[in-house]
Amino acid sequence: MSTSAAPDAEAVDDFRREVRAWLAANFPPSLKGHPALLSGHDDLHGPPEDHARWKAAVAGKGWGVPTWPVEYGGAGLSEEQADVIAGEMERIGAFQPIMSMGLMMLGPTLLEFGNEEQKRRHLPPIARSETQWCQGFSEPGAGSDLASLRLRCEDRGDHWLLNGQKIWTSYAHHSDWCFLLARTDTSVKHRGISFLLVDMKTPGIEVRPIELINGISHFCEVFFSDVRVPKENLVGEVNGGWAIGKRLLQHERTGLSRLRGAKAHVLDLVPIARRYQETDADARLVDGDLRGRLAEHLMTDHAYRLTLERRRAETEAGAKPTTPVSTLKNIGAAMGQQRGELAVELIGLNSLGWAGDGYSAEELELTSQWLHSKCYSIYGGSHEIQNNITARHELGLPSD
Amino acid sequence: MTLALTEEQTMIRDAAAGWAAERAPTTALRALRKDALAATGHDPALYAEMAEMGWTGVTIPEAEGGFGMGFAAAGLIAEQLGRTLVGSPLIGSAVVAGSILVMAGSAEQKAAWLPRIIAGDAVVALALDEGPRHDPARVALDARREGSDWALDGVKRPVFDGTAADAFIVVARTRGGLSLFLCPADAPGVSRAALRQIDSRGAAIVTFAGCRLGAGALIGAEGDAATVLDRALDRGRAVLAAEMLGSAQAAFDATIDYLRTRVQFDKPIGAFQALQHRAADLLAELELTRSAVRAALAAIDAGDADEARLASLAKALAGRTLRKVAQEMVQMHGGIGMTDEHDAGLYLKRAQAADMTWGNAAFHRDRYARLSGF
Repeated sequence: MSTSAAPDAEAVDDFRREVRAWLAANFPPSLKGHPALLSGHDDLHGPPEDHARWKAAVAGKGWGVPTWPVEYGGAGLSEEQADVIAGEMERIGAFQPIMSMGLMMLGPTLLEFGNEEQKRRHLPPIARSETQWCQGFSEPGAGSDLASLRLRCEDRGDHWLLNGQKIWTSYAHHSDWCFLLARTDTSVKHRGISFLLVDMKTPGIEVRPIELINGISHFCEVFFSDVRVPKENLVGEVNGGWAIGKRLLQHERTGLSRLRGAKAHVLDLVPIARRYQETDADARLVDGDLRGRLAEHLMTDHAYRLTLERRRAETEAGAKPTTPVSTLKNIGAAMGQQRGELAVELIGLNSLGWAGDGYSAEELELTSQWLHSKCYSIYGGSHEIQNNITARHELGLPSD
Repeated sequence: MTLALTEEQTMIRDAAAGWAAERAPTTALRALRKDALAATGHDPALYAEMAEMGWTGVTIPEAEGGFGMGFAAAGLIAEQLGRTLVGSPLIGSAVVAGSILVMAGSAEQKAAWLPRIIAGDAVVALALDEGPRHDPARVALDARREGSDWALDGVKRPVFDGTAADAFIVVARTRGGLSLFLCPADAPGVSRAALRQIDSRGAAIVTFAGCRLGAGALIGAEGDAATVLDRALDRGRAVLAAEMLGSAQAAFDATIDYLRTRVQFDKPIGAFQALQHRAADLLAELELTRSAVRAALAAIDAGDADEARLASLAKALAGRTLRKVAQEMVQMHGGIGMTDEHDAGLYLKRAQAADMTWGNAAFHRDRYARLSGF
């Protein structure tokens, strides 16, 4: 994606100084230490006007998507320069204010498969975090076997006509647009799928949030009844959508595994352990069994973050990363789930709260997070699907 | 700190890989079980070749007569040697004993032993453990002053590379705390008996009874050894973790090959999802271990404050992973994996021995927790 050549060490130092100066002038101190954003729908803490100012400043520089070309809202920087920006933000307790599913998944896909008109229309608003996108892939009958999807897409001459249903569409009720896979040929499976961009305000679309086990609904059902989509909203070729969708899922897996990595900075289990569990004079947890399991988790999580770092270093060095994305996704999900399990164990009986004043907001949040973490190994390709991919594509084991 | 390999590192790795495959395949390990080599616990001819290629001087600074290529490079060599389970005193002598001498040795001690360690002419072994539990802080072997001399009494077991050692670095308890002594293996009052270990390497019981050493035997200041010992052990642990990563990778590769070729119910057993998913889980363990090993070695090279915690992370993960992979290697090979003729058992036995060396996974988990403040 980068358009500029890899800069030498001196140029990197110059750039770092420039970034530092800019951050010192533009990052609102009131937002210092704000947790990393995981999607475009996070709860924001601190003065809303400061959030707006910070987002506008970063968008103005194109630093939300530093490696995208300037004409599509990026800054045309190298991966190394993007790392400098991220590193400098982390150093001063700042965070990336521009984060969304559109940015993580659709952006890279459109850069590769979209036509010029589509890129110019859709990428800059994503880069400025002005439009929110949702992902219309799964259907009631098409989960792990995604290619069996049935959302009907008919060619009606001057438009496409959509009829059918999507499910598990994250944040569909807060989204402006949807990228989706639809069936344009019923006589074949993978080669009868097309990739479309759909305005969520189009008549005939109905969104129903699904309440999950933690009482929260970011997942939705989306119903399409005679929804008319302009012809120019097809990405790539008719019936060529599967390859595009698969590439997008790769971006999703990488993005998801990075998110879980980022989350480790948000929820630190050790201070929770100190507050809720007995410690001895040397600050050790008295419960030796719990201490051992906490250490085991933190070590694996540490190695996971080192793996993300190594993968980035290998990519930058132009080498093929040794760790497959499918493996990374499973480790990331397992880490998030272990963290959730340990968090509720650490706070013990105080993790039993559902609502009300009898439990602190933090306790309720930890319990909600623990429940929510169960979906880490289901969405974005389940644990089992990822292991199939690893076994067949990375290890070369035969298909059944 | 970068975790990707440089071009120079790739060359070092490839040279070691070629040598191990050609000169020291697992048949070389099997040869150690024969009487002729069982007495030393390694093949001196192969060790001489390793020294000739400079591997015994990789972690010793140029100012001390070594090649100063650093620990990341040493790890890459060890990783390749681990693939074929090469048994040698390389890590114990050149990395651990060598590091102690570099960090705390007197000019005389360095002059007497470092050139010989680097040339591969001498093996110096760390005499540390005293019983079933690796616990440097509780070393009991007694050393006391007698005039200007030191008198050592006690038993060390197992002393890794103890059968081949020309000298020992003995960890002893003195009035002031832990102290280190450099003791020639043929000093009066020192005796040793070979231990026949499951991994065929040359460990020994070393007994110190009325052993008297001159004042010049003390390494560093009296009672001040804990820090030096810890740092040298961490260097050894990180390089050993790299060796274990190589062993685990080779065991994994052999197992995947077997899954592709062994046919039952008219298809390769690797087509069964139950086995595919276990193989995929092992790959994840290997990748995590690789990252931890690289990070620990890079931290030592960079003098990073977090090197102790990273060394424990690497050693613990390597122990966990190698044991798991070796166990699955036996299981997935079925009956043939239980036979002495097949290599699976060699990996399983080495996994156990390597995990137990300088602290097993549980030891390092406890240490990691302590260093993380809980």
